[in-house]
Amino acid sequence: MRRGQTILLNCLAVTAAGLFLWLAQDSFDGYKIQILNLIAINVILALSLNLIYGFTGLFSLGHAGFMAIGAYVCSILIMTPDQKDMLFILEPAYDWVQNAQAPFLAAVIAGGLAAAAAGVIVGYPLLRLGDDYLGIATLGFAEIIRVLANNFPRLTNGALGFKGIPDYANLWWNFGWCLVTLYVIVRLLQSNTGNVLKAIRDDEAAARAMGVNVFRYKLLSFCVGAFFAGVGGALLASLLTTIDPKMFLFTLTFNILMIVVAGGLGSLSGTVMAGIGITVLLEWLRVVENPVDIAGFELPGVPGMRMVVFSLALIVIILFRREGLMGMRELSWQSLARVFSRGKA
Amino acid sequence: MNSAMFIQHMLNSLTLGSLYALVAIGYTMVYGILRLINFAHSEMFMLGAYFVFWGITLGQLPWPVAMAIAIAVTASLGVLVDQVAYRPLRDAPRISALISSIGVSFFLQNVAIVFFQAIPREVYRPQWLENPILMGGVRVLPLTLFVPLLSLAFMLGLLWIVYRTKAGLGMRAISKDIETSYLMGVPVNRIIALTFGIGTALAAASGIMWALRYPQLQPIMGTIPGFKAFIAAVFGGIGSIPGAVIGGLALGFIEIMTVAFFPDLAGYRDAFAFVLLILVLMVKPTGLLGERLEDKV
Repeated sequence: MRRGQTILLNCLAVTAAGLFLWLAQDSFDGYKIQILNLIAINVILALSLNLIYGFTGLFSLGHAGFMAIGAYVCSILIMTPDQKDMLFILEPAYDWVQNAQAPFLAAVIAGGLAAAAAGVIVGYPLLRLGDDYLGIATLGFAEIIRVLANNFPRLTNGALGFKGIPDYANLWWNFGWCLVTLYVIVRLLQSNTGNVLKAIRDDEAAARAMGVNVFRYKLLSFCVGAFFAGVGGALLASLLTTIDPKMFLFTLTFNILMIVVAGGLGSLSGTVMAGIGITVLLEWLRVVENPVDIAGFELPGVPGMRMVVFSLALIVIILFRREGLMGMRELSWQSLARVFSRGKA
Repeated sequence: MNSAMFIQHMLNSLTLGSLYALVAIGYTMVYGILRLINFAHSEMFMLGAYFVFWGITLGQLPWPVAMAIAIAVTASLGVLVDQVAYRPLRDAPRISALISSIGVSFFLQNVAIVFFQAIPREVYRPQWLENPILMGGVRVLPLTLFVPLLSLAFMLGLLWIVYRTKAGLGMRAISKDIETSYLMGVPVNRIIALTFGIGTALAAASGIMWALRYPQLQPIMGTIPGFKAFIAAVFGGIGSIPGAVIGGLALGFIEIMTVAFFPDLAGYRDAFAFVLLILVLMVKPTGLLGERLEDKV
């Protein structure tokens, strides 16, 4: 298939998705639109984690920390000074926090950049570590961010967090950023840099022997991943309109890791599909937590059951289908075309 | 700070440190043999405490009996988790087993939320542990002596197993070289199961004593102590049992003493361990007593 055709088909797919969103905006109820929004954000987060872990082989468990940074920076920038005046009841905010303000697009980018900067700061010492040590150290980073958020009331309003963050993050913003994320990561992986990243994942020692500056490429991948994690956190803050340190527990990273593993480490299309599937599944599983009324009998809801099912699913996937939905393959127009032509023949 | 208070703080850090040490031993033993960070270990800590709670309240058992049963039940659970969730992944990339253990950890935690409910529960404490005794002008809770002493007993038992029995020899052989151990006729799978059993038993014991010291049970109570104990194991040198003990005690001292001398830092208490971890990994990744693990090409 020629390059021109692929671009045309990609444009058509984006237009179709845009059309779907336009229809959804008018005809879906608020709950369904919320799920669509969550899908977009989860896909952004999962793509960024897949870049770090699936394509570069860096087992990072620090996503919640990057998201927290993005969420706090963005929220501070989009709330008005009056709002912040009302909000900071524990201790008044620093002046620069009080007066900082930016439009939504700039605020989201600032959130992403702050997260990327944090990525450089923690990546510099930590990326020299081996895989599981890196995991536990980045997990430590995320916990430190949470403890800091709890203890700097003049910056983050402490344990109370922020309420009433302006809800700018609608379908268009979220899916727009989702598209940007997908585009940037696809382009990055198709470039020579992408080949180097995959080489590092497959055999670090060999890559080093070929003269690759392994550390610099790892840092690059880690920072790009952190940037989009920050963007995802920023969008999530504006979507949910409230944030507090408790939101950014390890559970958040766990959910994203689940999407990446289910979709396939090293498969972007797998991540997108798993992102959609798991977000819907997680919402649908809320049914088991609420009381169910069956023919007059009320079954009490079981709080926590959702995560039981969810974690069991992760164990089953890792035990029986370790490569996830797609493995390392990608869904492309070529592979689709092949399926259809085989059908005809 | 007067000397009486200082002794109090010393005893407190000894208590906390020995609890960390017991959990850290389990991490270090499993890591030494399988190169696996067993995230589910912190849930064993929590389950041990809950089992004692149910043994006392539902089973009307006396306290020591409930403790023994709870340790045995938790230990078998640890073996079961290994058989179900880790053993099929022995030949898989290392991170797969790690992800599996994260899954098990969340699974057990949420099962605990479903069955035990998320509300914190009060733990029964035997009276003789609570009445302060006077020791040379210092008021001491018997608990703060009981916990380190019982922990010491457990550790001595463990050292006896590891260095004086045939099973212990097997453990040390596997941690040196698992493939060769197979060839030399070491019953590798049985030894690994035993390792999980012992490690989990120590975690359960630690969880039970933790519940005596800080008498509140919740399904998430294992997470933070679990992380800290793992950090203690890294600090001491992962794979080394004496290292885990030293690391645990050191972490206990650092936490209690920093808060005692700098009360302003109390809010950051949970971050100390992680900062320590990052520092250790940057300066001396093998820890105090750890052996160097070479990357094989």
